[in-house]
Amino acid sequence: MKIIVLVKEVPDTYGDRKLNLETGLADREASEAVIDEISERSLELALSFADANAGTEVAVLTLASEGATATIRKALAMGAGSAIHVSDEALRGADLGLTAETLAAAIRRVGFDLVITGNVSTDGSGGMIPAMLAELLDVPHATGLSSVTISDGAVSGSRPVESGVQQVSANLPAVLSITEALPGARFPNFKGIMAAKKRPLEVLSLSDLGITADNPEAARSIMLTVAEKPPRAAGVKIIDEGDAGDRLADFLVENRLA
Amino acid sequence: MSVAAGTNTSDLLDLDALLSSGELAVRNSVREFVKDKIRPSIAHWYEDAVFPRELAPALGSLGLLGMHLDGYGCASRSAVEYGLACLELEAGDSGLRTFVSVQGSLAMTAIHSFGSEEQKRSWLPGMATGELIGCFALTEPTAGSDPSAMTTFAQADGHNGSGWVLNGAKRWIGLASIADVAVVWAATNDGVRGFLVPAGTEGFTATPIEPKLSMRASIQCDITLDNVRLGPESLLPAARGLRGPFSCLNEARYGIAWGAMGAARDSYEAALAYSLERLQFGKPLAGYQLTQEKLVNMVLEIQKGTLLALQLGRRKDAGTLRPEQISMGKLNNVREAIAIAREARTILGGNGITLDYSPLRHANNLESVRTYEGTDEVHTLILGQHLTGIAAFR
Ligand SMILES: Cc1cc2nc3c(=O)[nH]c(=O)nc-3n(C[C@H](O)[C@H](O)[C@H](O)COP(=O)(O)OP(=O)(O)OC[C@H]3O[C@@H](n4cnc5c(N)ncnc54)[C@H](O)[C@@H]3O)c2cc1C
Repeated sequence: MKIIVLVKEVPDTYGDRKLNLETGLADREASEAVIDEISERSLELALSFADANAGTEVAVLTLASEGATATIRKALAMGAGSAIHVSDEALRGADLGLTAETLAAAIRRVGFDLVITGNVSTDGSGGMIPAMLAELLDVPHATGLSSVTISDGAVSGSRPVESGVQQVSANLPAVLSITEALPGARFPNFKGIMAAKKRPLEVLSLSDLGITADNPEAARSIMLTVAEKPPRAAGVKIIDEGDAGDRLADFLVENRLA
Repeated sequence: MSVAAGTNTSDLLDLDALLSSGELAVRNSVREFVKDKIRPSIAHWYEDAVFPRELAPALGSLGLLGMHLDGYGCASRSAVEYGLACLELEAGDSGLRTFVSVQGSLAMTAIHSFGSEEQKRSWLPGMATGELIGCFALTEPTAGSDPSAMTTFAQADGHNGSGWVLNGAKRWIGLASIADVAVVWAATNDGVRGFLVPAGTEGFTATPIEPKLSMRASIQCDITLDNVRLGPESLLPAARGLRGPFSCLNEARYGIAWGAMGAARDSYEAALAYSLERLQFGKPLAGYQLTQEKLVNMVLEIQKGTLLALQLGRRKDAGTLRPEQISMGKLNNVREAIAIAREARTILGGNGITLDYSPLRHANNLESVRTYEGTDEVHTLILGQHLTGIAAFR
């Protein structure tokens, strides 16, 4: 079985995250770049399946700027067998549509039985890519799974929704996205770090994939303005004069938090 | 190539630029391990004097145990990579770095350098995975800085062909009560020799030394050897004289020169973060000149010490590292680290004496680190002899 895991590089969630007000994009210099935790969980899912099923190929696919090599090597050090790095100046600020189109082209080029992704990235928080990929690849998608079973020709799992839990399954090939409920990743050990240096890492540009970023036919979302989050204002203090409970409840209702 | 370029304001000199991408990957892997597996629990381990035995297999699967050794399941990493790993581990806690040093630099190095093929095969792979634990017993109740005063004696055993009978006592032996094998150094009629004593051997008893005010997340023991009978296969064939244990100590001392800078960096980072948030007299503490001077002095010493450790590492990898250079690194870096940890504690005020913050824990641990593997005084005497040509030990 061939599994492609989508791995995104994001600014460290625990560090300072900033917007560059000129470009409207996340300021990659403001904090350390790391593998998105949800991508690590996706990779762990693929690797633990590969551990138990000889003959499984795990490839990671990253769409990121040139500097993402260290992140990709880390995914290889964790145990992925190969990597595809799509990098192109024209992808700077790519919207969800262009991103999905590019990823789908790369996935098709490599070939796959199963694509595993996180349900939503920690920086862009678009949450649309898995479904868009399934559509573009014309395969079923099983999204937002909090537990997963991969078998020979199908995937199944449970998807928590507001009113309960859905059991879903899909025949392969398919796109599968997971939630943070899945186990965290293994640490790349020293043997893996050494082995990673020798594993194939293919770098592709948009022209390799036959994609035009500024295709006039395609609908693209364009960012018009961007503003920084206003500084945190002082909170509301409720002093208990016997009616604090009511006032707390009012506050929550007013702010639509209840 | 630097992963953290531009974000690590304390790396004034951009020392990261002196490291290869492979070295950075090893460092980052250990750093993450410490963040996930050590930091969340260290205060409780320290308070309750717990050595987390279950961490050994995790450290092993990362490749940290005997990581600088070749073959037998060891990771064959360079000296610089080993040093970077020690630094990151000790940023977590000296006790955990101590475990890795005792296991890898002392016990495994002794078996790897001086053991028979049979001994290497039977112990090293399990020790590399962390399934088996080893200890290294040199110090005695009455022989610390001067191991030549050792009184533990191994008598060739007349009854048992070429076997041995060991009698004596050891003190301060890391991990001895949970070790599967002890490397015991003993005097014989033929000078000091090393012996592998498997756990459970009759007459061998290890009792943890308690309570301690330092290194609480690791174990040190008193050992008694009471007519411990060993077969001929327990002797380490290739070690003769104190040179044997000393060569292992040099490995461990090298790692400590790096490790101490980890404890220092962690103390500095705790103090910096606190000083930026804590307001007194209407301003963050970091906004006062006195605080800034403390922070600046810490960074200067951390950067110099790290550069020193890196130079030791590059020389070690080149095969040109000299013992007095190791003494320089161990003496300087531990001395500076303990000063930094204590200075960092002052910035934390009263909160600094709780286990919520690392500096005082580091400072207490470093009391041990400056004592074992040669005290400050012993390394000063080694360097003094090197400079003057006059030995002043006795
Ligand atoms: C946490 C911890 C872990 C340890 N782990 C191990 C282990 O795994 N295996 C092992 O074998 N040992 C271990 N040790 C023992 C350690 O190596 C010794 O404590 C160390 O060698 C010092 O010996 P001592 O404690 O007997 O002090 P002493 O040698 O009695 O020294 C006491 C003081 O006198 C000073 N002094 C000694 N000689 C001179 C001199 N000539 N001139 C001036 N000053 C001098 C010393 O510097 C020191 O300040 C450990 C110790 C600790 C605290």
